[in-house]
Amino acid sequence: MSTSQITPDIVAAHQLSPDEYQKILSLLGREPSLTELGIFSVMWSEHCSYKSTRVHLKKLPTESAHVLQGPGENAGIIDIGDGIAIAFKIESHNHPSFIEPFQGAATGVGGILRDIFTMGARPIAVMDSIRFGRLDDPETGARNRRILEGVVSGIAHYGNCFGVPTVGGECVFEKSYEGNPLVNVFALGVFKHNEVFYGKAEGVGNPVIYVGAKTGRDGIHGASMASAEFTEESKQKRPNVQVGDPFMEKLLLEACLEAMKTGAIVGIQDMGAAGLTSSTCEMGSRAGTGVEIDLAQVPQREVGMTPYEMMLSESQERMLLVAAKGRESEVLNVFKKWGLDATQIGVVTNDGMLRVKNHGVVFAEIPNRALADEAPKYNRPYTKPLRTAPLEGAAPASKDLTADLKALLSSGDLCSKRWIWEQYDYQVRTNTLAGPGAEAAIVRIKGTDTSVAMSLDGNGRYCALDPREGTKLIVAECCRNLSTVGALPIATTNNLNFGNPERPEIMAQIVESIEGLAEVCKFFEVPVTGGNVSLYNETLGTPIVPTPVVGIVGTLPTQLPVPLHFHKAGLPVILLGGLGAPSASEMGGTQYTKVIQDSLWGTPPKLDMEYEKRVQTTIRELVRAGAVASAHDLGEGGLALAIAECSFGHAAIGADIRLDSDLPKELLLFHEGPSRILVTTENPENVLAAAQRNSIQVVAIGVTLEARVTIRNRNETLIDSPVEQLKGLWAHALEHLLQNPVLV
Amino acid sequence: MKIGIVVFPGSNCDHDAWYAVSQNLQQQAEFVWHESASLGNLDAVILPGGFSYGDYLRCGAIAKFSPVMAAVKRFAAEGGLVLGVCNGFQVLTEAGLLPGALVRNDNLKFVCRPVELEVATTNSPFTHEAKKGQRLIIPIAHGEGCYVAQERVLDELEDTDRVALRYIDNPNGSLRNIAGVLNEERNVMGMMPHPERVADPLMGGTDGLLILQSLAHAGAVSSRS
Repeated sequence: MSTSQITPDIVAAHQLSPDEYQKILSLLGREPSLTELGIFSVMWSEHCSYKSTRVHLKKLPTESAHVLQGPGENAGIIDIGDGIAIAFKIESHNHPSFIEPFQGAATGVGGILRDIFTMGARPIAVMDSIRFGRLDDPETGARNRRILEGVVSGIAHYGNCFGVPTVGGECVFEKSYEGNPLVNVFALGVFKHNEVFYGKAEGVGNPVIYVGAKTGRDGIHGASMASAEFTEESKQKRPNVQVGDPFMEKLLLEACLEAMKTGAIVGIQDMGAAGLTSSTCEMGSRAGTGVEIDLAQVPQREVGMTPYEMMLSESQERMLLVAAKGRESEVLNVFKKWGLDATQIGVVTNDGMLRVKNHGVVFAEIPNRALADEAPKYNRPYTKPLRTAPLEGAAPASKDLTADLKALLSSGDLCSKRWIWEQYDYQVRTNTLAGPGAEAAIVRIKGTDTSVAMSLDGNGRYCALDPREGTKLIVAECCRNLSTVGALPIATTNNLNFGNPERPEIMAQIVESIEGLAEVCKFFEVPVTGGNVSLYNETLGTPIVPTPVVGIVGTLPTQLPVPLHFHKAGLPVILLGGLGAPSASEMGGTQYTKVIQDSLWGTPPKLDMEYEKRVQTTIRELVRAGAVASAHDLGEGGLALAIAECSFGHAAIGADIRLDSDLPKELLLFHEGPSRILVTTENPENVLAAAQRNSIQVVAIGVTLEARVTIRNRNETLIDSPVEQLKGLWAHALEHLLQNPVLV
Repeated sequence: MKIGIVVFPGSNCDHDAWYAVSQNLQQQAEFVWHESASLGNLDAVILPGGFSYGDYLRCGAIAKFSPVMAAVKRFAAEGGLVLGVCNGFQVLTEAGLLPGALVRNDNLKFVCRPVELEVATTNSPFTHEAKKGQRLIIPIAHGEGCYVAQERVLDELEDTDRVALRYIDNPNGSLRNIAGVLNEERNVMGMMPHPERVADPLMGGTDGLLILQSLAHAGAVSSRS
């Protein structure tokens, strides 16, 4: 073993604290080599070890009758009947996407796809949640636009070439993200129950095989970069961002799935963060075995790489697998057919050690468990969640409500995102029953009568006001989206994007959000089967608003989806759940307040979970029975925005809405109270009866109308506009923001 | 009727074509690996969409050297029916089985969207079940779908009635709105839109089935021995 002089400076440069270094010394019983220090630094990074959140993540519900595999594996697995299962997960690539938007986002897609197919599932859907600074910001707008364009083309490049449809997602603009954009990618795959593979290095003596792309110097220390705040020097870290090759990944997918069918693969894991390091020690740790490799056997793209560099490289499109001894050739032949490198680099041992040699010389020798399971775990101090928004704000006093609606429809958050999603192939694999722009994405599972619906959502504004209640609202919204297309929500994945957990007021946001998530997921029976935590989302000491992003999946019988749009004039328009009774402070977090008043204050909307569940049960019953002609839930922008969106179908059918309410008109139109769904129907009595059966409010608010949207309250006309005018603004706003940014 | 679907490394609409042929069209479908030197006893062959060999260099530029393309050329020369969709169209132009080339979309972006097409000729095994001038809605999904050729080639295509499909609202800058063309013998067609994506009512339309049905029925009556 090479002797090294590990100075405190070297330890600090690896983002290990003096206490953590002491723990390494005691676990090893000696001073680590530089290679070993590098290995510890990535495995014990926040990104890989969840050291600040593990104690709290334990509070999440993880089990139900549907869950086949909860957290801890590469992805969660859910039974959807007929012997079929789905694997799904979300992963962030925030830091790389800021430094190099195209490759950062592309490799984010690549990483999560590998998490799915390493388990044996074929990826059939991707969704993206992306957040940037404001496109029209006078100072940072140009950079924000460039980052958006880079991220979108990176996602398109990778997903389109790989051949997985990007079926949905969300895109939000907020000042808070301008120095720290968020790129969270969700992927879902499908397989049979008996096709599941795990990342376990079982069977002493079995060969350890490296497959896929060659190892280079790219991405060294990516995991620890993702675990630090951005500073002026971060821009120097460009070489830390990996470069993706979706064609290689497509070959890897086909080869892995084909090799799995041979029955000669014992365990398999992708090389994600910290590449060779995480795959070797995690596979060994899960199986209770040791793994010994010789780096001289690793296919290399560059000459003269040190063991340190090879162990920390994050070169993309690589997998590590363990084959049954004696059956190596069956596996190797498949990879040869697909033109991929596949080489035995080591063997499973019985001593529980990760032993890394280079040309026979030992460079690292660490108990696997020390790396994977003995990582530091912190119960970091927390106080009250950081909150900068005031509790009170100016009550809205609109001069022109139609103009306000037009401003909302033209805003970055609420306008059509077609410019983005048309760059994604959302149809490949011919399963997409409902794609981008729909209430929830729906993909059918061929060979069954079941489809999977999915929704991805976040709301940094609500969470800035109250991380606990905000998180609950996000989950309620996702479940409502699924219920509105007739699906039963069954499981959750989540991506927790927060600032520096070493600040007690940020840690408090994290704890509140996780506890809110636990409560709401338990209530809606959507256990959390996996996810990702992205911390240190700060730039020069300013944290992002707390941004948990939630992805929920559900199932429904395969059928033509219920439309979101009004498609026929003369149909009754009914609001399930009622008009709501918001207090004035609940306006402070709405899109109305953001767009019209450029402020944030007050409290998020109130959520009554029992009531929400009954509303969702009602709509699910109605949609499954074919009793509604269209259905759309109320979300950001409230009632007025939902009515406008419903009128943006090909037929351009609007509505004549007549309300009878004591609410101030701005609240009536734009409050964002949950538990409300707008439907049209040929048979209003069925809808009323279902609402009554489930004890929820229901109001007949008007009738669909050709080409015009009018909303009156009693005798006052609040909104009146031709559909085409509203639709034109909504449809072209994003292109307009990108091409002719208005400087305010 | 047995229809082969060529699988290049990087093909990603091969399964979709297989599903449309076997499930929606109810014909026999069979994958053909890119290293196959022969097509066996196929009645027709489809070159599906995707990114063959990663589309490095140029779309379709590497695929044309694959062993299977030599077999496809022989098959076409003997009168066999060959349909290239999207990347398959690009491969056919690179391989010289169809004139012209597909270059980057005029707005430089990948675009996925249903587009309206006009059937420009029904005198082909791929469109004979449509009516001339019939409007079809079939999705496109490509970054390099802008059809270009020399003026005299375009004139010749039109003079010989070999433009099969045209865009109503040109999405990519294709010259003369060309979405699909035929070879001189009319047994090879390339088209950028994806008929296999609208072969099932659940997918929001069945206009693509018209192309596939034309192919199946023409293949069944063709006298190729």
